Amino acid sequence: MSTLILVEHDNQTMHPATRNVLSAAQQLGGEIHMLVAGYQCNAVAEQVATLSGVHKVLYADKPSYEHPLAEQMSDLVLSLANSFKAILIPSSTFGKNIAPRVAAQLDVAQVSDVSKILDNDTFEHPIYAGNAIEKVRVLDAIKVLTIRTTAFDAVNAAQAACTIETLDKECIAQSSQFVKHELSKSERPDLGTAKIVVSGGRGLQSAEKFKLIEELADALGAAVGASRAAVDAGFVPNDYQVGQTGKVVAPMLYIAVGISGAVQHLAGMKDSKVIVAINKDEDAPIFQIADYGLVGDLFELVPQLIAHLKNK
Amino acid sequence: MKILVAVKRVIDPYVKIRVKSDNTGVETQNIKMAMNPFDEIAVEEALRLREKNWATEVVIVSIGTDSSQEILRHGLALGADRAILVRTSDSLESLNIAKILKKVVEDEKPSLVLMGKQAIDGDNNQTPQMLSALLNWPQATYASKLEASSEHLEVTREIDGGLETINVQLPAIVSTDLRLNEPRYASLPNIMKAKRKPLDVIELDSMGLALKKHIEVIQVTAPAARSAGKRVGSVDELINELQNQAKVL
Repeated sequence: MSTLILVEHDNQTMHPATRNVLSAAQQLGGEIHMLVAGYQCNAVAEQVATLSGVHKVLYADKPSYEHPLAEQMSDLVLSLANSFKAILIPSSTFGKNIAPRVAAQLDVAQVSDVSKILDNDTFEHPIYAGNAIEKVRVLDAIKVLTIRTTAFDAVNAAQAACTIETLDKECIAQSSQFVKHELSKSERPDLGTAKIVVSGGRGLQSAEKFKLIEELADALGAAVGASRAAVDAGFVPNDYQVGQTGKVVAPMLYIAVGISGAVQHLAGMKDSKVIVAINKDEDAPIFQIADYGLVGDLFELVPQLIAHLKNK
Repeated sequence: MKILVAVKRVIDPYVKIRVKSDNTGVETQNIKMAMNPFDEIAVEEALRLREKNWATEVVIVSIGTDSSQEILRHGLALGADRAILVRTSDSLESLNIAKILKKVVEDEKPSLVLMGKQAIDGDNNQTPQMLSALLNWPQATYASKLEASSEHLEVTREIDGGLETINVQLPAIVSTDLRLNEPRYASLPNIMKAKRKPLDVIELDSMGLALKKHIEVIQVTAPAARSAGKRVGSVDELINELQNQAKVL
């Protein structure tokens, strides 16, 4: 009995979070099989095959898998599920969409956002926006878990490519069709995996002034994030949002600028290694969790910070 | 067409929660409760579809103790036509909630089920997808825009990295994201009117469902506290700390 990981990818490269899910799977022991389902995605299968600790890649390449609709992905996973004791999917919108469907089809529980694996049946995960940690035991034979990828180290070691087994099964979702994508393009590091994240909030006042955050991020080689207030005010698109209803990040350094620190936002970043807060309100809740707090006008402090970094 | 909306009573999102000292859960005694915010968005969307004459009836359902009636009355005051409470004192996991809702769907036969994408207590984000699987209906999760025609829905979904639009055939399950709409407030006359709207109570035990326990909660703890931070007086001092103390620059 072994573990199956459903790999998130864009048909060209695997999502970096795959490395973190793999590390979670290694804690469970047993063989690890990776399911790569997509269209013309052999590069992804080859990349996954060289990740250290992968025993086998199951490769399903069909036009209908080009976009991961939950209906067909869960049917495909289901067709393989009975040879595995655990099915792991990253806790991204990709994984959260599919995993519960798989679990219900198997008539088993699903544990969301697993942040710690205690043994093969016992897991921890955050609840109440990260304000409590729940330890649960799953009583079912097959465990379906979504993995909070920032809680597990990435597997960076490589191996000689393992076997890639082609699957012929095609699952077509009759009742659901993909129409289009509108993806935000960015030259900066990916928010979910960046080592440094600079986030702006309502204190930035406008989309125009939010560019200051982008300048600071570029000076640091960081990803740009935002609070829900900044997204709702239209300063940046919503996929920049860090928080309970956006992305959960845990970089080495998180710099929160003009963000008060609502519970919603803290849930998305409070596991960062070092948190810096820059805010003019010295009573802002963000200062209660910040390792370094700087009270003052961000429009004076951030340009100073940028100048400093550029002179380095 | 009929729309069924599932709503949950949760701790008010603005309340700072406290973990019980015996680590069995979170303190809920004498704490302000409210309708899960994502569910309010689902109710709002259902009402808008009725106002556009796409839907003819909006039925709301909740599963829980008698206290959940206050959430249902709130939904009725917002404009829902009818409410159902599946009464139980058991604390239920997502899969069993989905099984109960499946039974309600089979009885009510709605064309669309609207639900919040997650409840802000368990943060599971599972029930809509599980219900879709059990009914073998298509699912459109994290909806930020919804266009309904007689046969299908075109749903814009919020995904990591941007937006995705999919087309799902009816009947379908849609889970709502925060940006789908801005929920309305209940007016006083509507709150009064809601008291006379039908609210049926069904005992869970009478539904003939065999619900098995799949998950055992061992304990609930408070997250590790971060150690107290340091106020710095200037940008120079901040950079110095980040380089030489924290060593992250």
